[in-house]
Amino acid sequence: MRELLYRHALREALDEELAHDENVVLLGEEVAEYNGAYKVTEGLWDKWGSKRVVDTPISEAGFIGMGVGASMLGVRPVMELMFWSFHSVAFDQLVNNAGCVRYMAGGKINVPIVVRGPANGGTNVGATHSHCPEGLFAAFPGLKVCAPATPADAKGLMKSAIRDNDPVFIMENTKLYGNMGEVPDVGEGDFLIPLGKAEVKREGSDISLIAHGRSVLHCLEAAETLKKDHNISAEVLDLRSIRPLDQEAIIESVVKTNRAVLVDESKPFNGVSSQIATLIQEHAFDHLDAPVKRVCSIDAPAIYSHHVEDEQLPNARRVVEQVLSIA
Amino acid sequence: MDFSSSPVNRGLSPQDKIDFYRTMVRIRRFEHLALGQYQKDKMGGFLHLYIGQESVAVGAVSLMGEHDHVITAYRDHGHALAVGMIMDECMAELFGKVTGCSKGKGGSMHFFAPDKNFWGGHGIVAGQTPLGLGLGYALKYQGLPGCALCFLGDGAINQGVFHESLNIASLFEIPVVYIIENNGYSMGTSQTRSSAYRDCLAQRAEAYNMAWDLVNGEDLYEVRAKTHIAMERARKEHRPSLLEIQTYRYYGHSVADANADKYRTPEEIGRYKTYHDPIRLWERRLIEEGHLTAEEAKALEKEATKETAKAIKFAESSLPPTVDDILHDVYWEVDEDTEAGNTGRHFFND
Repeated sequence: MRELLYRHALREALDEELAHDENVVLLGEEVAEYNGAYKVTEGLWDKWGSKRVVDTPISEAGFIGMGVGASMLGVRPVMELMFWSFHSVAFDQLVNNAGCVRYMAGGKINVPIVVRGPANGGTNVGATHSHCPEGLFAAFPGLKVCAPATPADAKGLMKSAIRDNDPVFIMENTKLYGNMGEVPDVGEGDFLIPLGKAEVKREGSDISLIAHGRSVLHCLEAAETLKKDHNISAEVLDLRSIRPLDQEAIIESVVKTNRAVLVDESKPFNGVSSQIATLIQEHAFDHLDAPVKRVCSIDAPAIYSHHVEDEQLPNARRVVEQVLSIA
Repeated sequence: MDFSSSPVNRGLSPQDKIDFYRTMVRIRRFEHLALGQYQKDKMGGFLHLYIGQESVAVGAVSLMGEHDHVITAYRDHGHALAVGMIMDECMAELFGKVTGCSKGKGGSMHFFAPDKNFWGGHGIVAGQTPLGLGLGYALKYQGLPGCALCFLGDGAINQGVFHESLNIASLFEIPVVYIIENNGYSMGTSQTRSSAYRDCLAQRAEAYNMAWDLVNGEDLYEVRAKTHIAMERARKEHRPSLLEIQTYRYYGHSVADANADKYRTPEEIGRYKTYHDPIRLWERRLIEEGHLTAEEAKALEKEATKETAKAIKFAESSLPPTVDDILHDVYWEVDEDTEAGNTGRHFFND
């Protein structure tokens, strides 16, 4: 199978969906003539022109609200937040308008938008640019949230998100944009990964490592170390989609291994892992041989210093340590 | 200035003019009687009354064609009835009944009728201003010859997202008409205490290279004449406008506004009711023009009272939503029972 960069897999998804549906339009800061701050949309303005790929002013509330309004009339905007960290200036539009308008209208409206962009720490840009709001937005019924870890997942989830008739927020990762991975050939037909389907990225029998986004890669690295150095067989379950959530896959894995460590780049208080932990204790309590443990970002605003930022985030060493504490 | 002979008003038939009167009277009776029901504890939450401002919604909405769309803030009953929503579904929504226009899920601030090009009913001050922009954007994107009317209050003009919307509207040449319904008060804070301005609020449009106009809202002819110009500018030139329509509300910001008579003098309220009431002025105008008699006006009012009473009965006898209903209308894919709606867990109640 061919290999693609994560950013190119995303671009291929956007390109294919621009071709698939003339109502799809890309909007965001620097997405067109500049080719994307992180080059995800590179070449798409040249190919599709100014009607389909639109540079917006730095007005996140304004252009995201505009996209929500346009979607009510059938346009399907895919909007880039240069960083998901900028969600805070558009919060009313993201939550009240994208997330609640269908409900308040008694189901008369739907909002087929996608908001996408990187949501991660680890790039030494300080607290305001390092937020991981996937758990925050997944907490609002009406919204859907995905966090792909691999190029293939990035492409397949993006395409499904654009075709979905509800608002979907895709949390990408600047630390993943340059990663290579296998992606099915275009000739094999539309490559769609449904929202709400987790994937076992590595089979194991002694403990479940459950993660999303870049943390999945830390889990895979940790699983390798655990096998080699400690003879522990760790299963790595990639959630891929936060809401809808593949609860069945989570419970199935824990029932098999009887132990779980949840790895989550967001902060420990009310992060995605908090919700997973409560689901496990509710639905697999009798199968647990140890408390559920978590590896999250250390509970402070993201530090700038490159000397310690990687230690604030989940990493393979911290995952191994947490596993050894209960295995 | 007399706007009765302006191009958009010249062709009005006597029946058209009587219909405007009827709609304004219906709005006022609906709200008066809704207030009575509120005081009897028949509904919860807020009730932002439009009484005193009826000519604005009725005048502007009367100009809408097939491809024009409208969106407003939380003081939305007038716009809802003006676009043709029926009293039954509106009153039932206030009562929190499943027969309400939003199935009892929106309430007073969130009336919607997409089938009548009415997109709400929005509770957060200025939150609807980029949505209105989006409606206009979609019309232009799809090559449709319409425009979006986006209403807001004078309090909304100090929110950042309003300014973001104006900038984008002008920059992208979006067919949208922003209409500030300036009733003088953002809740209990008067215009002079809340906004910095030189001559008027709409003048802020100049900063965005956008056309603007000031409108005397008590005159339905003027509302129509000036709004029509802005709508034509949007439809034909894809240029947005900002209108400031001066008006007045007789009641508080909402019914829960305990200080409604304290931040303004009774004399001020009385002066508006006596000299500037848009319904009485329109009634007088129609009588002068020979289209209406005082008796006919009374009859129309009676008819509106009867219609509202029937709506109250309908609301009263309707069922409330069930607890099961709480989980519907959250996700389209779930409601439509699609494959996506059946993949993964969408709700987390147990």
